[in-house]
Amino acid sequence: MRTSTGGRIGQYLALFGYLVFLAFPFLWLVSTAFKTPQELGSPHPTWIPRDPTLANFRQAFDEQPLLRAAGNSLLAALGAALIAVLIATPLAYVMARHRSRLTKAATGWVVVSQAFPLVLVIIPLFLVLKQLRLINSLSGLVMVYVVWALPFALWMLVGYVRAVPAELEEAAAVDGAGRLRTLVSVTAPLLAPGIVATGLFAFITAWNEFFFALVLLKTPEKQTLPVVLTRFIGAEGVADLGPLAAAAFLATLPSLVVFAVIQRRITGGMLAGAVKS
Amino acid sequence: MRTGRFLALFAGLLLIAACTSEGGGADGRVTLRFQSLAWQQESVEVNRELVEEWNATHPDVKVEYVQGSWDSVHDQLLTSFEGGEAPDIIHDASDDLADFAYGGYLADLTGLLTERLKTDIPRRSWDTVTFGDGIYGVPFLQEPRVLVANATWLEEAGVRIPTPEHPWTWPEFRRITERLSGDGRYGVAWPLKEPVSATLNLSLSAGGQLFHRGADGKVTVRFEAADEVVPRTIHDQANTDDSASPTTLGSGGSDTLPGFFGGRYAMVPLGFSYRQQITQQAPEGFRWQVLPAPAGAGGLTQGVSPQTLSVAEDSPHKEEAAAFIDFLLRPANMVRLALGDWMLPTGTQALKDPALHTAKDGWATGTALAARLRPAPAQSVRGYPEWKDKVATPAFQEYYSGAIGLGELRERLEEDGNLVLARYQR
Repeated sequence: MRTSTGGRIGQYLALFGYLVFLAFPFLWLVSTAFKTPQELGSPHPTWIPRDPTLANFRQAFDEQPLLRAAGNSLLAALGAALIAVLIATPLAYVMARHRSRLTKAATGWVVVSQAFPLVLVIIPLFLVLKQLRLINSLSGLVMVYVVWALPFALWMLVGYVRAVPAELEEAAAVDGAGRLRTLVSVTAPLLAPGIVATGLFAFITAWNEFFFALVLLKTPEKQTLPVVLTRFIGAEGVADLGPLAAAAFLATLPSLVVFAVIQRRITGGMLAGAVKS
Repeated sequence: MRTGRFLALFAGLLLIAACTSEGGGADGRVTLRFQSLAWQQESVEVNRELVEEWNATHPDVKVEYVQGSWDSVHDQLLTSFEGGEAPDIIHDASDDLADFAYGGYLADLTGLLTERLKTDIPRRSWDTVTFGDGIYGVPFLQEPRVLVANATWLEEAGVRIPTPEHPWTWPEFRRITERLSGDGRYGVAWPLKEPVSATLNLSLSAGGQLFHRGADGKVTVRFEAADEVVPRTIHDQANTDDSASPTTLGSGGSDTLPGFFGGRYAMVPLGFSYRQQITQQAPEGFRWQVLPAPAGAGGLTQGVSPQTLSVAEDSPHKEEAAAFIDFLLRPANMVRLALGDWMLPTGTQALKDPALHTAKDGWATGTALAARLRPAPAQSVRGYPEWKDKVATPAFQEYYSGAIGLGELRERLEEDGNLVLARYQR
């Protein structure tokens, strides 16, 4: 299965093209954030700003409480990711290892639940949270994000659990390890990349979420970054493009940092050599 | 063990969450929440200043400024109304109010408005917020659609410059855009990402009505000869004369500005408030001017959906909320709000302010059009949002792109459209 030199060059070119395609919106955002209003209105767009300026950042920070909003977003996203993973992991293990009609039905429900549109659930959800006195509270928002992320997180983790060979657990049992010990010492470490990936998914979903935050958070002190970002947009979609790009650029940074820190945990073939073939 | 700890932690978090409340205590002082959709820097500043001025002079009624956003405001308000959590004072646009008014979410302001405010704002503006027998908002800012033109280009071409007293007719406009076009340059660039409201509002100038209310109060769509004038002009400019850029038909107003500044288009029809972006972004030395939109059988008349201030039906302090609205919309304050948003005030006293009559940035031209602004045709039509999204938007987009003809446009607007409207009028 050796690949020819031409084939390899083709693969690299395709990969490079894909990377450019993925990076384009972000690079354009960064470029826009540093442009003057005149350059933004120029008919000859440039990649590198001619007169780079920090005025958009200053204006964005002057006009909106971006740091406070980012703090709220971080709290909500981290809380949602942590809780979603804590709930999904044991459930996913049960669904993956103990197949029965119940687990099949649960899997079906997970799939169906992804089809519900937001507008269908938002009013009942609002009323429930109001009864719980959780409107305008980040705790309430975290609960919503957990519920919203849970089905997909569960689905992801079931796949990861199934990828862990059951023989490893059986071998541990033969060596005398109890059920809990096996789970903690054998299964959990092997599941770590999957758990991290699932947590990341929940984090990103919550970090970017707009509509629930818009509806549930009433006071400016509680609002999250996506809600605050929309304040740079006026009626009929008119936008204050420079400050919007500057604020949006800052909003992408935490996600990039989280990715950079944990990407090694996601990749990395942790099952390599675990089972003799 | 670890699973047990996890569950305990989660239960703890739930408990903390359940104990969290919104806070706030009763100190005998009335507190009103005012959700404003102001978004431009100057406009937000003016709104905040006015709230501070109110709070400084009204110790018993405190107003809290809450900044909302135009994005998804309808869904946000609907959810808040359903959940009994709506702000006391609500900033929105009049074309968004019909469903809220008929749904019983907004207070009827008829008995709450001061005589000063009632007489200061003209009847035609009140019509935009009157549903049935009630008044469900106070219209305070509005903007006509104008032609923003490259002044140098028009001068060099030697075309007659229209004024509010002597506007171009639609056929004249078509001829002039044709004359200005050639060599990859266009006389006009229509930003028609949202084609329905632009077309319907401008069609009033040609006598177009589209929505017809019968004796039984039910509304039907009829696309008649007067309704054809504006869409046919745009269609022919883009598809026959080659005088309108075909690429901007799917764009928003802001997207056309680089081409306008770069000398690709002589004119761009835009909302009056776009002047703020133009003053910011125009390259040095670029000369631009504001011209009235073309006129037809209906003169310079065009439809608008003013920005409004309403009071939530659930608010326990409706009188105080109405008093705050009255304060906010005193003539001098209305002028400050209008200047901050680069729009026109609805109030007749405010409209007389010299600051709104300067030639600079086209203020005078816009102000001269104020008397010709009428409620947008779809203003009180229930089911309009669905008709617009499912029927009219794709039909107009296909017509303007040349994919369908006028016959099919009419058929879809009327036949498919009336089926949609009928569902809302049973």
